Amino acid sequence: MSSETLNKVFIDVEIDEPAKSDIKLATELEEVCPVGIFKATEAGTEIQVPALDECVLCNLCIETAPAGSIRIIKLYEQ
Amino acid sequence: MSVLLNRDTTFIVQGITGREAINLTRECLDYGSKIVGGVTPGRKGREVHGVPVFDTVAQAVENHGGPIDGSVVTVPPGFTKDAVLEAIENGIKLIVIVTERIPRGDVAQMVELADLRGARIIGPNCLGLIVPEVCKMGGIGGPAKDAAKSYEPGVIGVMSRSGGMTTEISSSLTAAGLGVSTAISIGGDAIIGSTYAELMPYFEADEQTEAIVIYTEPGGRMEAQLSEWVQENNSRLPIVAFMAGKFMDEDEMQGMSFGHAGTIVEGKEDSATEKIARLQAAGITVVERIDEIPDAVKEKIAK
Amino acid sequence: MRFYEYEARKIVELAGIPVTKYGFCQTADEAREVAEEIDGPVVIKSQVLSGGRMKAGGVQFADTPDEAADHAATILDLEINGLMPRGVLVDPKAEVKREYYVSVVWDGTAKKPLMLFSYMGGIDIEEVAEEHPDYVGRAHISNLLPVFDFEAKQVIAATGVTGSQLNRATPILARLARLFLKYDMTLAEINPLAELNDGSFVALDAHMDMEEEAIGRQKQLLRKELKIAEDDTRDNYEPSDFERNVKAIDGADHRGVIQGKDHGFKGDLGLVIGAGGGSLTLTDAVRNQGGRPANYSEIGGNPSVAKACGLAKEVLQKDGVEKIAVMMSIVSNTRVDIVARGVIKACLELGLDPAETIAIFRIPGAWEDEGFEILDKYGVEYCDRSVSLWDAAGRAVAKIQGEAA
Repeated sequence: MSSETLNKVFIDVEIDEPAKSDIKLATELEEVCPVGIFKATEAGTEIQVPALDECVLCNLCIETAPAGSIRIIKLYEQ
Repeated sequence: MSVLLNRDTTFIVQGITGREAINLTRECLDYGSKIVGGVTPGRKGREVHGVPVFDTVAQAVENHGGPIDGSVVTVPPGFTKDAVLEAIENGIKLIVIVTERIPRGDVAQMVELADLRGARIIGPNCLGLIVPEVCKMGGIGGPAKDAAKSYEPGVIGVMSRSGGMTTEISSSLTAAGLGVSTAISIGGDAIIGSTYAELMPYFEADEQTEAIVIYTEPGGRMEAQLSEWVQENNSRLPIVAFMAGKFMDEDEMQGMSFGHAGTIVEGKEDSATEKIARLQAAGITVVERIDEIPDAVKEKIAK
Repeated sequence: MRFYEYEARKIVELAGIPVTKYGFCQTADEAREVAEEIDGPVVIKSQVLSGGRMKAGGVQFADTPDEAADHAATILDLEINGLMPRGVLVDPKAEVKREYYVSVVWDGTAKKPLMLFSYMGGIDIEEVAEEHPDYVGRAHISNLLPVFDFEAKQVIAATGVTGSQLNRATPILARLARLFLKYDMTLAEINPLAELNDGSFVALDAHMDMEEEAIGRQKQLLRKELKIAEDDTRDNYEPSDFERNVKAIDGADHRGVIQGKDHGFKGDLGLVIGAGGGSLTLTDAVRNQGGRPANYSEIGGNPSVAKACGLAKEVLQKDGVEKIAVMMSIVSNTRVDIVARGVIKACLELGLDPAETIAIFRIPGAWEDEGFEILDKYGVEYCDRSVSLWDAAGRAVAKIQGEAA
């Protein structure tokens, strides 16, 4: 049986500018997310696509970022 | 009334700063349990959901200003024995051990000291115990709002070698309108602090309890011990038992362990078939299907 | 963890219990050398983790070193109950006057170790205990106090043994009890303990079993003294690919616990089930309603999506499996939505339709509303706590049988 690895089946995360380029916020997001969706780089926050479906809907990232700048999209609601 | 716990029961959580312990603390506080402290060596001065953390059990007792009734122990297996002995030597009388994979020799040492000091151990490898709408000690039933769904006050005492099945069975008793007096997850290991027979006197003395349901598995002599107890003590409480793991009696499953460490079948006496016969000989109803439990209990109570 | 006889003898020796001048050999030439050194009649014993060695021809006697080498060559190639020996033990043929039985085991009811002694050695102790209970001496030992010699003496004296035999056997039983506690054994047995013609006592055969949970803290004995390799796990049987793969998936991620076994299962319905007690109950429920499970499994401790997915994929890739039943007793820690994501992802990654592949999803409890929403989206049949484990299993069986019809 052939097998592939799929990502973004259940969850997607969107982060708007300028929050995305905020390096301090990137570090905070990396620390707060229990499943490693955010990675802090020199350019700001980078979304780790393979981790997206592990999101536990804790909303800690939403609480950490400026209001409305991060959205968690449940792809199964569409 | 209730078994082992009441509205005023105070307890601590040893290993309170661990991931699972933090959850468990939240759940118990939400349920209304009185957690008066936590212990994690080196973390004195911190707080977990408002509960003060100490380095030693003695500090927790001192801070409380009097004896503490119980402790939930959830520390790694290599540290569990020391934590439990510390609790016992500081006057704690009811100890729930959540930790799995503790060598038998350690468990036996803890139990022997507990016996000497008049303390009682529940577990290891268990989820604790709950008196519906009164007190929850351990992760049993999960978050307070989930626990409320499965556990309503009632007349049935539940004892189970599986933590998850304690809630599964209690939920069916609640749905059937029977409710639960006290439910105890006794633990899945070969040697545990409190067996069915050792807990029976508490239920026997509890006016609220009218019948007992036990969930049991292959391995060990605990069911034989219960059968003997029932026959010797002329118990007022009818008992309904459910035996899981009958497939383990098959030839190709010999010498294998499934589910819990305690399920390893070491002699003929340990097998599901043998245990069912023994329980039935003592007048205990053994239901074939898990969903037959509530009706079997109703029938027993009606008699 | 079970030990070979040559290891059990070494453990006994370390505890100060006398043994014969034996040698462990892995070739016929080594056996000849040991026999030459012994310089007398010898016994050659297969070193295999199985009973019934004698009956299978795994124990032979030799008068000369050449004969010893011949027997060793034969035994080294002799399979016993499906197992090849790890070597042979070459032992001087002892001049035995009398055989005794000594052991220490756990008594789970008393929660204490139990010392046993019988002067009917070399035979099945359970039989002796049943037919002649007065031939067997027994007493519990404390877990907190040290083992005192007098405790062993009382056990032996209770069977009527006295004189120098009592005084020789006493320290042996006491030392066996101490090693049982020190090394976290679940069984420590010397059978037979032989009294030789000169009046001395030696352990002629020994059986030891160490508790799996204690292996981590017994490294000194296991790795240093006995030189047992880390990967020498000595399972009762050779793990299957399925079992190995599930174990690897479990080990790769610390979140949650999954287990899978398919030894003894040959059915067509894959089981992705949990937790400990729920899995036992569900496996029975499937079988008792005419279903044929392809495997046993356990999910617990709130695993990640990847872990649940990994288990489901392994089950789905087993030969003959077309459908899986995903069922658990009410969960409080493990999350319904996370498991739902995992099993659906497993189907999708294998190019299968979740609605067709998942016969039933019955996991009530934490985050169930979120989980049911996901299942709705993919058209998977699910049920909540109002449907019992028995009925859920029945639905899965009916579905797979409907398919076959």
